[in-house]
Amino acid sequence: MKLYPLLSWAGGLVLAPLMLGVINRTKAVFAGRRGAPLLQAYYDLAKLLRKGAVYSRTTTWVFRAAPAVGLAAVVAALALAPAGGVPAPLAFAGDWVLLAYALGLMRFFTVIAALDTGSSFEGMGASREVQFSALAEPALIVGLAALGRAGGALSLSEMYAGIHAAAWLRAGPALALVAAALLLVFLAENARIPVDDPNTHLELTMIHEVMILDYTGPDLAFVLYGAALKLWVFGGLIVNLALAPLELSGAGALVAFGAAMAALAVAVGVIESVMARLSLLKVPQMLLGAGALSALAFALVARFSS
Amino acid sequence: MIAIWWAPCLLLGGALLTLATWRRPAWSRRLGPAVAVSGCLAGVPPAAAALGGGTLASVNLPWSIPCGALRLEMDALSALFALPILIVTALAAIYGAEYLRPREGGQNPAASWFFYNLLTGSMLLVILARNAMLFLLAWDLMSLSSFFLVLSDSEKESVRRAGWTYLVAMHIGTVFLLALFILLGRGAHALDFEGFSLATAGSAAAGAAFALAVVGFGAKAGFVPLHVWLPEAHPAAPSHVSAVMSGVMIKTGIYGLLRTLTWLGAPPPWWGGTLVAIGAVSGVLGVLFALAQHDLKRLLAYHSVENIGIIALGLGLGLLGVSYGNGGMAFLGFAGALLHVVNHALFKSLLFLGAGSVLHACGTRELDRLGGLWKRMPATGAGFLVGAAAICGLPPLNGFVSELLIYLGSFRALSAGGGLPVGAAAAGVAAAGALALIGGLALACFAKAFGIVFLGEPRTAAAAAAHEGGPAMRLPMAALAAACAGIGLAAPAACGATQAAIGLLAPGLCPPREAAGWAAALARAAAVAWGGAGLALLLAALRRQLLAGRPVTREPTWDCGYAAPTARMQYTASSFAAPLIRQFRGLLPTRRRFVPPQGFFPTRSALETETPDVYRERLYQPLFAGVERLLRPFRGLQHGRLNLYVLYIVAALLALLAWKLR
Repeated sequence: MKLYPLLSWAGGLVLAPLMLGVINRTKAVFAGRRGAPLLQAYYDLAKLLRKGAVYSRTTTWVFRAAPAVGLAAVVAALALAPAGGVPAPLAFAGDWVLLAYALGLMRFFTVIAALDTGSSFEGMGASREVQFSALAEPALIVGLAALGRAGGALSLSEMYAGIHAAAWLRAGPALALVAAALLLVFLAENARIPVDDPNTHLELTMIHEVMILDYTGPDLAFVLYGAALKLWVFGGLIVNLALAPLELSGAGALVAFGAAMAALAVAVGVIESVMARLSLLKVPQMLLGAGALSALAFALVARFSS
Repeated sequence: MIAIWWAPCLLLGGALLTLATWRRPAWSRRLGPAVAVSGCLAGVPPAAAALGGGTLASVNLPWSIPCGALRLEMDALSALFALPILIVTALAAIYGAEYLRPREGGQNPAASWFFYNLLTGSMLLVILARNAMLFLLAWDLMSLSSFFLVLSDSEKESVRRAGWTYLVAMHIGTVFLLALFILLGRGAHALDFEGFSLATAGSAAAGAAFALAVVGFGAKAGFVPLHVWLPEAHPAAPSHVSAVMSGVMIKTGIYGLLRTLTWLGAPPPWWGGTLVAIGAVSGVLGVLFALAQHDLKRLLAYHSVENIGIIALGLGLGLLGVSYGNGGMAFLGFAGALLHVVNHALFKSLLFLGAGSVLHACGTRELDRLGGLWKRMPATGAGFLVGAAAICGLPPLNGFVSELLIYLGSFRALSAGGGLPVGAAAAGVAAAGALALIGGLALACFAKAFGIVFLGEPRTAAAAAAHEGGPAMRLPMAALAAACAGIGLAAPAACGATQAAIGLLAPGLCPPREAAGWAAALARAAAVAWGGAGLALLLAALRRQLLAGRPVTREPTWDCGYAAPTARMQYTASSFAAPLIRQFRGLLPTRRRFVPPQGFFPTRSALETETPDVYRERLYQPLFAGVERLLRPFRGLQHGRLNLYVLYIVAALLALLAWKLR
């Protein structure tokens, strides 16, 4: 019985870097390029794991510990994430709090590691990161509150399982608003356009990339792999909501989940191709908007599900 | 068997003994901490025994004061508040034994330790008292002894001002408490707590009593807008006293509120709703003000306001659970709040002790004059990091456990099952949203506080020359950090320890079965969190394995190719917090003084920012100025002539006589 949840966890660990490949391939197609291989992220990780390392003289133990702590936190978070009808390997009341706060721990260590280098560029990135994520947090939690109300459960897996086709019929618009809010949080937390540009080359404009400027070798591999897993975890929150009315289970659910994640990656690629980055001053407004969407969705769910 | 009166007697008697060593500072330096530690040790066994439930043999002696009686009693609720007091004050005393040493020329150590032990003893008395007169006496003793501790550096003008603010705030709070106890004791002969129960259940008087308790006890706890004394007084006190005041003393306000609630009968929903609103406002504003501070101890003091807000959120949800007869909600809200009381005592005192070591080593609390302390003070840095992670509610530490319980309580309130009304759902979603925002902002604030102080390069010569404190300063921090981790690890047991106290707050609503169900969820959460911690260790070992034998070099930090970065180029605490502060500028009236660089070859420029407390400036200063204007005519009565004062007394006596004979 426990086979499929474990498979979904292992699948996430293996397939997460592929999402980056799909996003980049989509962007390449839009730009009329051939683009890097789909497996480029894996090649990068393998190459980095074989390298030595360069550390800044300013840094301390905190800088060296951060990649391991961050990766461990996101692997633990992945164990709490359901996959399209297959419950998470570990599901319990309040698992969503642990998921959100494990990712918070990852962020805390990334930020203090950035401050550890003493570089003002990294300080700038860290400052932006904490600002945006502080605003994304309420949007995420209130969005989950709407799901909890709609699904009538206290654990993530049961929440999604409780949102049947009938619930979608009854409170569809509200759930669509939740999905929209979660998508905005997903883009912000994973440093994608329109919040951050993973491809930018100017330190002054970066957020996530600038915080990890001083990492090299295996440390950088941990950081990149951790970021890919985080993309997978947040993506799963949206994909599960879309798949919930199909009421799948078992192998079919896993296949559907994988396909939906690929579709989400294509969608992110499309968004990144057709949109420009928002001005840094506009990002908070977007995140407050996400929070407002979540709150509105909660009000609607409370209205239609009671 | 150690009786419950041993600890207060040891502490108060020992305090007097310490005072007797006034002329021999070397003696008082040893005696003071020894009294504190032994008194606290004597208090632990009865408290630990009462935690499981039941009431320990109480003390009940007649007393000559009208309506007074020496009634002491330890029940589960008292024990839950007494244990953190005992642990934190004992550890802070050990720390203070070393911390106070270099402050020659300041307050006499005999006085300092006298007031310290008096404060500890009176806090215990407040928790144990079962008579209103005794309670109020202990309450004022607590306020006064901490007032004199705040004034340790009384030669500084800012410290004196902080002390006065504190004294005024405490007295205004006590006025409300007097009214509260008079209201509760109307029918009864003596002001014993026993007689209060059922006295006003379910009436309008109960509502009035609740409001009086929220204001009177809220002034001590630091509910917004009654918090203004807190960011003044806590930084002014010596750091080990700040740890005690911020960690445990303000919790006596929460204790008083809870004790009052046990007398008032079934709570109507607006009580819980009020506490949720107070909690959300206190939490969000507390952390926002903290974010804007440049002074490390002031920042920590504002975080106490934030954490009191989190506690109030939990209490509000718990009360709503009682109102709606929902056992799960009541248990989760109360358990989260009570556990957060304990947790906040542990991590906040840890942080204040860490801040004290920084102040001790560098002579400044200004964030932007520090930096790079991790390399110079690794033990303090590690302790502060644990405290910072715990206060942000990050797993696997203790702050996460209590916040998880409150989150669960809020989701229990808002989920459709259980037939809860829409009001519960609104309170639940407000609590969850506020808690999420508080969590995000607290993370920003502590990334700033820890990162700027301990990481990077030292920004001043004083920070570069910093040195670690001695073992007496490091050991208490290590013990507190271990306690933070321990509660995180033993989350189900910690949650179960609140069961008996919740039984007093929500009688008959939360059977042990209820607690067992939630403890299972906590056990899983703790397993995942600590499993993650184990995985982090494995990954660190893997990294070490991978790097073994490969070239690992050390270079300057990458600064876009610039090869000679200096410490002054680092990002500062002010810049780090600036975007968030600008975003919330409606709530944070930051004053800027900017001297821009001028000319083609600018030589100097300056930027100064300060964020004063909005309530102090816009609410209390106009209010007190107005009161002063109003009362000015009465100044004529007070002119310092003794004979006229005697005349007043005679006139008053005659008037009373005439009124009596009428």
